[in-house]
Amino acid sequence: MGTLAVLERALVSYKRLWQASVFSSFILPVLFVISIGIGVGGYVGDVDGVSYLDWIVPGVLASTAFQMAVGESTFPVLGDFKWVKGYHAMRATPVGIGDMVAGYQLYIAFRVIIAAVVFLGVSAAFGAIHSPWVVVTPFVCALLGVAVSAPTSAFSASIENDSYFALLFRFVVIPSTLFAGVFFPVSQLPALLRPLAYASPLWHAVELCRSATLGVAPPWPVAAHLAYLLLWAVLGYLLAVRAFRRRLSD
Amino acid sequence: MVTTYAVTQALRDGIVSPARVGAVINRNVGALRSGPAYWMVLFSGFFEPVLYLLSIGIGVGALVGDLTLQDGQVITYAAFVAPAMLAVSAMSGALAETTFNFFFKFKYVKTYDAMLATPLRPAEIAAGELLWAMIRGSLYTGAFLVVMVAMGLTSAGWALLAFPATWLVGLAFGAVGMAASTYIRGWQDFDLISAGQFAMFLFSGTFSPVQDYPPAVEVLIAVTPLYHAVELIRGITTGSLGWAMLGHVLYLIVMMALGLYVASRRLTTVLCR
Repeated sequence: MGTLAVLERALVSYKRLWQASVFSSFILPVLFVISIGIGVGGYVGDVDGVSYLDWIVPGVLASTAFQMAVGESTFPVLGDFKWVKGYHAMRATPVGIGDMVAGYQLYIAFRVIIAAVVFLGVSAAFGAIHSPWVVVTPFVCALLGVAVSAPTSAFSASIENDSYFALLFRFVVIPSTLFAGVFFPVSQLPALLRPLAYASPLWHAVELCRSATLGVAPPWPVAAHLAYLLLWAVLGYLLAVRAFRRRLSD
Repeated sequence: MVTTYAVTQALRDGIVSPARVGAVINRNVGALRSGPAYWMVLFSGFFEPVLYLLSIGIGVGALVGDLTLQDGQVITYAAFVAPAMLAVSAMSGALAETTFNFFFKFKYVKTYDAMLATPLRPAEIAAGELLWAMIRGSLYTGAFLVVMVAMGLTSAGWALLAFPATWLVGLAFGAVGMAASTYIRGWQDFDLISAGQFAMFLFSGTFSPVQDYPPAVEVLIAVTPLYHAVELIRGITTGSLGWAMLGHVLYLIVMMALGLYVASRRLTTVLCR
């Protein structure tokens, strides 16, 4: 029950502020596809046997989920500790610390699924969807969302100064987006750097989404990709609960 | 020219004192140093365009191959994207200081109200903030030019000429950003700024030549400022200079003059009423 109460609180506040997210969640990924997919795609030709637009759409889909999930668990989480004191208020209710984390992760999953469905609708209009397996991609994106937002929440709960977010974005989020097989195949990276891409949860989600929209098999067994994402989600959840407990026990 | 004349006039009348402008810059250095890991924060601003260059320029560039410019010169895709990244870096560096940071100090921390209790004047605050944005921004653009030369994407001579061009880009965007910040009502409005910034980033001939777009779209893009910044800097770093570049320079100078005029007027009316 506590978990659902936390989810409800997040949804109520989103209802008031959703206009602010329209650009980053819906318009931006579409602009990206037009500029890079169609603009640059005109020069690229085929990648792995499909047009560049078809190839890049699932990558942009997963990376949108990735950026959204990280973004929603930085300032909003630190803010609820530091400025809004939302978590301190929750502690005065029967809501447990596990509920605070789990409820917010459900909210992230909800946000990511909505954005993914809208983006897929636009992509279908561009003719970039080639397999009925596409229906699983919103859930893959939701799993990716939790896999990155749970550890990010843990990070946000354990820092005092928001300058660290600039570092998180510039040294973790942007490099992950640029080198995890979203814009060009990871096989093009120097062999030494490839393991870094494999370590990123984003790469696994990109490959799963890509095989789903194109109707081909992913590079690793599906279960292995999913298990890796699940591992991040579970470990992230545990770390977040620990960080929340520490911060609220003063 | 006009700006130089205005500046000398202002100095003669004692409106803008270099020492007081310096005090504004000094205050910003102190504020930056008081944050945690400030070397990292400072360094990270340089990191971003370089990563884009490596990913899009080299990674996607391997898929694209070479591009033929309008004057018939054939260049690698990385050499095409790099000057655009440089222009974007000059733009976003200047805008970060003069929009988000400026608004925070203007509305919330009331830094400027505090400054006005000293002998500082609105025009000096505007000049100090803009110069500070330029100092910080040119650390990044300078370092990026070194990377471009090291990667063989331009020659050292063209890089030296491109450096002042990045200043012009930064001053133009910084001045307009500051003017816009005085009109901003709340954090929600920053969505508009970042939306405009990102749309320009994607479509100003940054990743693919604007000649690919339908003519109507091309005209629309030619109205927006980043296009002129990209064309100017790309013309320099690829060594294909032409008369059209004077048009780009003029556009940026007018933009800067208008921005500065509006910003110092607005600062005077809002802060000194």
